[in-house]
Amino acid sequence: MGRFNRIKLAGGIIALLLLSALVGRPARAQQDPSGSWSPRFDEDWEERIPGPEIGDYLGIPINEAARMRGDSWDATLVELPENQCRAHGSDYGWRGPSNLSIWKEVDKASQKVIAYHTHLSAYGAEQTIWMDGRPHPPDYAPHTWAGFSTGKWDGDILVVTTTHLKENWLRRNGLPRSDQATASAHIMRHGNYLTVAAITYDPVYLTEPFIRTSDFVYNPQQQMAPWPCESVDEVDRPAGVVPAHLPGQNTFLNEFPANYGIPPEATRGGAETMYPEYKIKMKTMKTLPRPVKKVTNR
Amino acid sequence: MRTFAKQVFESSRNAGLTILLATAVLAGLAGSASSAAAQANAGGARPNPADVEIHVLPVQGNVYMLVGAGGNITVQAGDDGVLLVDAGLAGTSDKVYAAIQSISTKPIRYIIDTHVHPDHVGGNEALAKLGNTIAGGNVVGDIGASAGNQATVIAAQEVLDRMSMADGKQPAMPQAAWPTETYTTPERKLYFNNEGVLMIHVPAAHTDGDTMVFFRRSDVISTGDIFVTTSYPIVDLARGGNIQGVIDGLNRIIELAIPADEQEGGTLIIPGHGRLCDVADVVFYQEMVTIIRDRIQDMVNKGMTLEQVKAAKPTLDYDPRYGRSTGFWTTDMFVEAVFKSLSPKK
Repeated sequence: MGRFNRIKLAGGIIALLLLSALVGRPARAQQDPSGSWSPRFDEDWEERIPGPEIGDYLGIPINEAARMRGDSWDATLVELPENQCRAHGSDYGWRGPSNLSIWKEVDKASQKVIAYHTHLSAYGAEQTIWMDGRPHPPDYAPHTWAGFSTGKWDGDILVVTTTHLKENWLRRNGLPRSDQATASAHIMRHGNYLTVAAITYDPVYLTEPFIRTSDFVYNPQQQMAPWPCESVDEVDRPAGVVPAHLPGQNTFLNEFPANYGIPPEATRGGAETMYPEYKIKMKTMKTLPRPVKKVTNR
Repeated sequence: MRTFAKQVFESSRNAGLTILLATAVLAGLAGSASSAAAQANAGGARPNPADVEIHVLPVQGNVYMLVGAGGNITVQAGDDGVLLVDAGLAGTSDKVYAAIQSISTKPIRYIIDTHVHPDHVGGNEALAKLGNTIAGGNVVGDIGASAGNQATVIAAQEVLDRMSMADGKQPAMPQAAWPTETYTTPERKLYFNNEGVLMIHVPAAHTDGDTMVFFRRSDVISTGDIFVTTSYPIVDLARGGNIQGVIDGLNRIIELAIPADEQEGGTLIIPGHGRLCDVADVVFYQEMVTIIRDRIQDMVNKGMTLEQVKAAKPTLDYDPRYGRSTGFWTTDMFVEAVFKSLSPKK
């Protein structure tokens, strides 16, 4: 073999190695989110563990209709047998105080990722994120708690689009999210940390997209507990009763502004209350007298 | 245990559900706009029969849902033949029949009318003529071979009363469209295609002649317009409807249905209009209707007039989802129907 041919052979081998290295790597540095993840709570602890206060709509871009549903909501509703085992919607599920497990489904022949699956400890809720480019179903197909989700990579961020959601809540104080809503989740992995930015778009109850982020830490020793749930009659009441406050008769709405010294007007929420400039406006608003008894966190 | 989400969207092993997904996806690609128009007709504009496109959605067991012919049509098919719950708008029957033939080439044996409105019974005459009743032996011997010349059309007695004597003088619909069998009891039972079919009369609800149909083996309930996903309940006061009957009907569905894991799936519900549902969807709707009923009842008890009730906006929180300011069933008309249902009779 002449020198020129040896050089050509070596060049070809290097080119092949480079090509195989490129083919073997995930496109554009995708960060596989598979694994066991434990939630981390920071300033969002009160929202995610005990749940929000009744009538706290601060910083949420709700409309008048959502506000009225929140005002009418009676927590006893959750106690009805038909609501006891209801799972969170997948757009809210990230926010629930849940351990998270993610695994991928791979086509054996091509080794392409068909889907990512998620499992949350709360209610055992599962979501499938289809990665194979399939379209979303038509509007007459059923809606589910998880909805129908497709995903695609945007650099190292897995972007999930969800449609066909059942009605659910925006917050666990009665603020609703309708079955006409869609959602996206931006799943970002940085080594042993996972951040999920979940965005809800609801033409029925929101005037702007509602964005929340939740953090998780990689935890390979995590044991996922099952969530068996069986509805029972907790209270003997006539069938068909739906607990709710009549308009203007929810006496609990003033507790949150009074206890925290926040102007009642501000607690009513709306897009304006999301932005920092609103703090200036709040200074001109009246607050309620604080209750005599000191209120402690639950 | 498989969740409803898996059952509906994810399984690639179950042939029927693969058809569901494939049909749904293909239909979505081909005609999401037309299906949206077809769904919008409860309370909104009625579709032009010439423009409709019929979509087939396998539900579960022997049951399928046809979307696009006005009201939803339920198809139960098997060795005995085809049973329909409702027949859609007049003028859509050729397309409906073609869709039925894609499910089964067996004859149409029964049509069950959920109520008297033309978007549900308009196709009675044409579709019944395309079928035939199981008849023979003594039946044919006694009354002739013509006994089996069309499908049997079953409805609550009130449906026949209103079709045959709409204004006390003239029939509202031609005789060929009328039910051939009626029932006056709270329930009627039929065994067809290897499953029990329970017809449940809900008095004074959407109309006075409402029937819901429970397919016991397939575990599917076809509700007629007692439950829709596209508007507030349409309470046809002129035909004997009443908001309390609608709520009673919704409560009956909740009582009959058994959800699977996470209160999802299990018994599936085919509404009169709108998408395929399960009992969780019915619960949200029942809560909405009951809350509005309770608000308006409170206002009636306080002696408020209809105009005062309307001005108080008792439906404000649900209007962006179910309300309308135009079309044949507006929010104002719904509030008025609830008010009149709850007001003391003078």
